[in-house]
Amino acid sequence: MSIDAQSVLNETFVLNLGPQHPATHGVLRIKLTMDGEYIVDAEPVIGYGHRMHEKMGENRSYAKFLPNTGRIDYVAALFNGHGYVGAVERLAGITVPERAEYIRVITSELNRVASHLLWLGAFLVDLGGFTPLLYCFDDREQILDLLESVTGARLTFCYYRFGGVCNDIDDDFVAGTRSFITRLRSRMPMYDAFVTKNIIFRKRVEGIGLISAETCRKYGATGPVIRGSGVSYDVRKVEPYSVYLKFNFDIPSFTECDCMARYKVRIEEMVQSMRIIEQALDSLPAGPIMAEKVPRTLKLAKGDCYYNVESARGSFGVRVVSDGSENAYRLKLRSPCFSNMSLFRECSAGMLLPDALALLGSFDLVIPDIDR
Amino acid sequence: MSSDMIMELVRLILYLVGFLAFALLNAAYLTLVERKVPSWFQLRPGPIEVGPWGLLQPVADGIKLLGKQILTPQGADLIMFKLAPVMVVVPGVLCLVTIPFSEMIVPRNFNLGLLMIFAFGAFGVFAILLGGWASNNKYSSIAAARVVAQNIAYEIPMLLVVISLVFVTRTFNLHTIVEQQMGGFWHWNVLNLKASIMMPIAFLIYFICMLAETNRAPFDMVEAESELVAGAFTEYSGMGFGLFFVAEYLNIMVGCCVGTILFLGGWDCPFGLLPGLHWFLIKMYVLCFAVIWVRWSFPRTQFYGLLNLSWKILIPFALVNLLLTAFMLKLFH
Amino acid sequence: MITYFKEIFYGLYTLCVGMKITFLHWFRPNVTVHYPRQSLKMTPRYRGHIDLTCDEATGKPKCVVCMACQRACPSGCIKLDGAKAEGAPRKSLTSYTLDFTACSLCGLCVESCSFDAIHFSKEYNLASRKKEDYKMDLLKRVLEKK
Repeated sequence: MSIDAQSVLNETFVLNLGPQHPATHGVLRIKLTMDGEYIVDAEPVIGYGHRMHEKMGENRSYAKFLPNTGRIDYVAALFNGHGYVGAVERLAGITVPERAEYIRVITSELNRVASHLLWLGAFLVDLGGFTPLLYCFDDREQILDLLESVTGARLTFCYYRFGGVCNDIDDDFVAGTRSFITRLRSRMPMYDAFVTKNIIFRKRVEGIGLISAETCRKYGATGPVIRGSGVSYDVRKVEPYSVYLKFNFDIPSFTECDCMARYKVRIEEMVQSMRIIEQALDSLPAGPIMAEKVPRTLKLAKGDCYYNVESARGSFGVRVVSDGSENAYRLKLRSPCFSNMSLFRECSAGMLLPDALALLGSFDLVIPDIDR
Repeated sequence: MSSDMIMELVRLILYLVGFLAFALLNAAYLTLVERKVPSWFQLRPGPIEVGPWGLLQPVADGIKLLGKQILTPQGADLIMFKLAPVMVVVPGVLCLVTIPFSEMIVPRNFNLGLLMIFAFGAFGVFAILLGGWASNNKYSSIAAARVVAQNIAYEIPMLLVVISLVFVTRTFNLHTIVEQQMGGFWHWNVLNLKASIMMPIAFLIYFICMLAETNRAPFDMVEAESELVAGAFTEYSGMGFGLFFVAEYLNIMVGCCVGTILFLGGWDCPFGLLPGLHWFLIKMYVLCFAVIWVRWSFPRTQFYGLLNLSWKILIPFALVNLLLTAFMLKLFH
Repeated sequence: MITYFKEIFYGLYTLCVGMKITFLHWFRPNVTVHYPRQSLKMTPRYRGHIDLTCDEATGKPKCVVCMACQRACPSGCIKLDGAKAEGAPRKSLTSYTLDFTACSLCGLCVESCSFDAIHFSKEYNLASRKKEDYKMDLLKRVLEKK
């Protein structure tokens, strides 16, 4: 036998959670140094999905970069579009009409719910329960059908334009969204009973993956990660953008700092998003959906502008530095998943491998967002 | 040769062919049931393309597995590597020898039938350990060692529960155990509260232990813990892998058969009317359905959760059940 | 001691609730569409690859070869060419090719056209084994449809 049992007990060995792996959602490679079952060190190796979006931002005109925004984080594509479009509008001084702002909020929040439903299914698949994935996808299909009837796409949306949105919503969409909200609200107790209260699920996530608020602050983690550690930081309340000031909604945060807290934050966020959508639909103003006199090819004045939005995964920021020409001089995309993932190395030391994977799942990483 | 011996020979051959066919067909079609039943839970139809309602899917799967190249890893112990998948199927088929499907249909009615089944069950674990060890792969041997720990931990409460049942039935002979439960569901051992108040709990403990012994979710560290490649079966391709899965479904079947016999009255009708083979099969398939149902409803436990469940919960309850049965037996008989 | 028993019974209860939920789902109808035996109808705004719109009166494509779509496309998939026929007031189309392998369905071309000459088709069944099938000649498609 070539395996020396003694050496396995004393030494650490390197296990490659390779780029192809069912539990890392995308092409993320993690080099684990393991001592038996326990992780000693976890080094994430990223870049397998680097597509140079920021460089493409420098080589294309502002309008031509719009399809790229949907591909950065494809699960929550509308937020990326909102960030980019908002940054350019801020720099160009374009005011977006109110109806367009409301439509942006409605579609963004629908996208947030869809993204969280996908996360829920995928998280449970990581833990071994395959059935809730199908239930979540059933609900998510309805959102994607709604968004398809408005934007024409199901995943990588290219819907927001400088000065508004490109298509208007009609009464069918409003009726469909309302019926969807009623349906999902009636299904939340089912998810609660099936998943949240399930003893096996609770044993898998309660007390696992404790991340203190100080660690989150150190790494710049935002989104449900920091809200699960007790800090109520949400860009929509701290630096309000678009028309979020007009809506009543709460920011869920829990102080337990474990995977269960992050799970509960996302479930609660879905409920709050539905509240926002309802309020927006109730008070949807009539009017134009595009600002007037937006030039075909935008030439922004020299300047530097940062715009961040609360994406499903955290604070997504876009920095546009313009030098007066058609293309941006520098386009910087601040990705929430990159900061969230940096927590993994410190927090997974000393954990068992299945627990570390539950922790990774609770971060809700989309690797193209990390690699851009 | 006398006519008796010829009759016996014919009977043996018939049973051999019949039981092999029954066992392997069951194992093959349980794979289809395993895919259709959860797909209905998940609001989708499951395999429907191959054959009507997907009935030829196991055939297609078998042909696919047979057609794959059998790779042996470098440095693996060739004899043990190739022997392990074969060895893992043997206990399942052997256990069926002593199980009475109805009053007349039992290949060999041993007086120690129950003991024989548990002895052979332990043998299956050894085969998985052999497969994991012979793969010359660190992760396979770690996973195989985990399987052994899991099986040992769950063997104990199962045997404790069965022993307390044997106190009541006073025999290891499976045929006699069923005969004692004839006459309607109120005579079945699961409701035999005169013998022990905790009988239904004993049945539940037996069911959970059966799930863990056959490596089914929520205790399926060995096969579905895809965090660590594929566990003990990493290096097996094609039919070697297929045989491990046939063995798993065979073990489920045997476990359900034994559960039916011990607790649910074997071939007895719930209302005592028309006992026979059909009732045995119905009860066994209901238990198989329950096994599949449990798998697809819950996530996986962690490894230490699994062991905690056994040592801290199942064994105390099984011990209390044993003491209670002994106490009530002494008091009321 | 009490918490030990409470946890066991509460745990068992949650497991039974979970099993009941999956069991009740068994009786609900399928939500899947058995593609390719059944297929879905696309919504009016669904973005398939672009197609040329024809003028109802003359039956010719409305395109006036202003090159706005070619300029607007971020991926450079549209190539068109036109020539002015004798006696015609405007240019007419002689060739319009779409390289669908590079198209990202962003819709900037359709929005940039002020003559309503291109629209999204509703085609999604586009699997093929040859790359040439995706270098679409839209003018030929229009002529073939007639």
